Amino acid sequence: MRASRGSAMAQALLPCRSCGLVSRRPPAVARVSCPRCGVRLQMRIPRSLSRTWAFLVAASMLYLPANLLPIMQVTSLGRTRSDTILSGVEYLLQLGMWPLALIVFVASVLVPVAKIAILAYLLVSLQLGARARPMDRLRLYRFTEFVGRWSMVDVFVVAVLVALVHLGQVAQVEAGAGALFFAAVVILTMLAARTFDPRLIWDNAEPADVEPAR
Amino acid sequence: MQTAAPHHHDLLACPECDLLQRLPEARGNARVRCRRCGCVLLHRERDVVAVPLALGITAAVLFILANSYPLLHFGLHGHHDATYLLAGIRELFAQDRPVLAGVVLFTTVLAPALHIGLLIYLYLPLALGRPPPGFVSALRLVQAVLPWSMLEIFLLGVIVAGVKLAEQATIQPGPAAWALVLLVLVLAAASVRVHPRRLWERVA
Repeated sequence: MRASRGSAMAQALLPCRSCGLVSRRPPAVARVSCPRCGVRLQMRIPRSLSRTWAFLVAASMLYLPANLLPIMQVTSLGRTRSDTILSGVEYLLQLGMWPLALIVFVASVLVPVAKIAILAYLLVSLQLGARARPMDRLRLYRFTEFVGRWSMVDVFVVAVLVALVHLGQVAQVEAGAGALFFAAVVILTMLAARTFDPRLIWDNAEPADVEPAR
Repeated sequence: MQTAAPHHHDLLACPECDLLQRLPEARGNARVRCRRCGCVLLHRERDVVAVPLALGITAAVLFILANSYPLLHFGLHGHHDATYLLAGIRELFAQDRPVLAGVVLFTTVLAPALHIGLLIYLYLPLALGRPPPGFVSALRLVQAVLPWSMLEIFLLGVIVAGVKLAEQATIQPGPAAWALVLLVLVLAAASVRVHPRRLWERVA
């Protein structure tokens, strides 16, 4: 494995992911634990790339049913309407609530796609041994990690609306299969981001990019 | 498994780029950032126990309020109804969506409850001067549960649901909605104040 200049790995030092203590690896030992907190120490998240790919492929397969199947069915005064993620956004637009429509569209439609695309790009760039612009790639990773959870908002909208059982005679809301697929997409992309080890970006970086900023 | 040899206690490796660096001299309440990628390495807040403990206890009270009172009140053609957080989850179970119900239960009730409970479990004994039993596991668990506690996103969901229904029904936020707003702020403040490294310095 390559190691960037000045990294802990280049000096065979193991930082603990849990308590932060930096330890020296005893020679010729396969499994070592942190002397302070007992957590197993590893240079990098094991099999990070293949595990991230697995979560990513699963998430992108579920993305279609998540968007095509209704997330809820609303029965109001005898009429039943099925809402998908997109028609829910459309409905908010019709109500004139465009700021809210924009938030839901970004969180539910754009963010999952952007997240899958960015992580796939990062994985491909690492597998091709890309060395350029590690800081920009790290920023992309931070973006996916920060923003990914917000896609869950539509699932929670359904959970709030179904509770209106006592309006049963006039209106009833039922959760649709789309909501389940959607929750699965969010969880899988979150797991993908967590198994991705951002330190791999720097292991390959050009020495010029690795020099301290100041 | 063999134990590694502890190295210098003043060395830090950046969790996002692995750059090894020496801790700078203490300079008040500042954050220490990675020289290469800018990621926050260490917080120098003087108090790492009392403030998280206070936030944890506040959050516990708000959490109980948020789950005991209605989130939203509805009125439609003379019918009245109110939604509770737990009622929505129960109704998802009743509609034969156990997995969906489980995801909502975990992200809006169990994970936040675990987060709050662990804050008190960790920091109350530490404030009294000794680490609680199972300190290592509790600290790792609180780090692991944080991303799955999604109350701030749930709050946005409540707002969107309210707006969608405001067209057909009269709606009013209930006491739980206000408790939820405060709870989200308190938990956000608490989650940036869990500093495993600083706690280990106190314990070790």
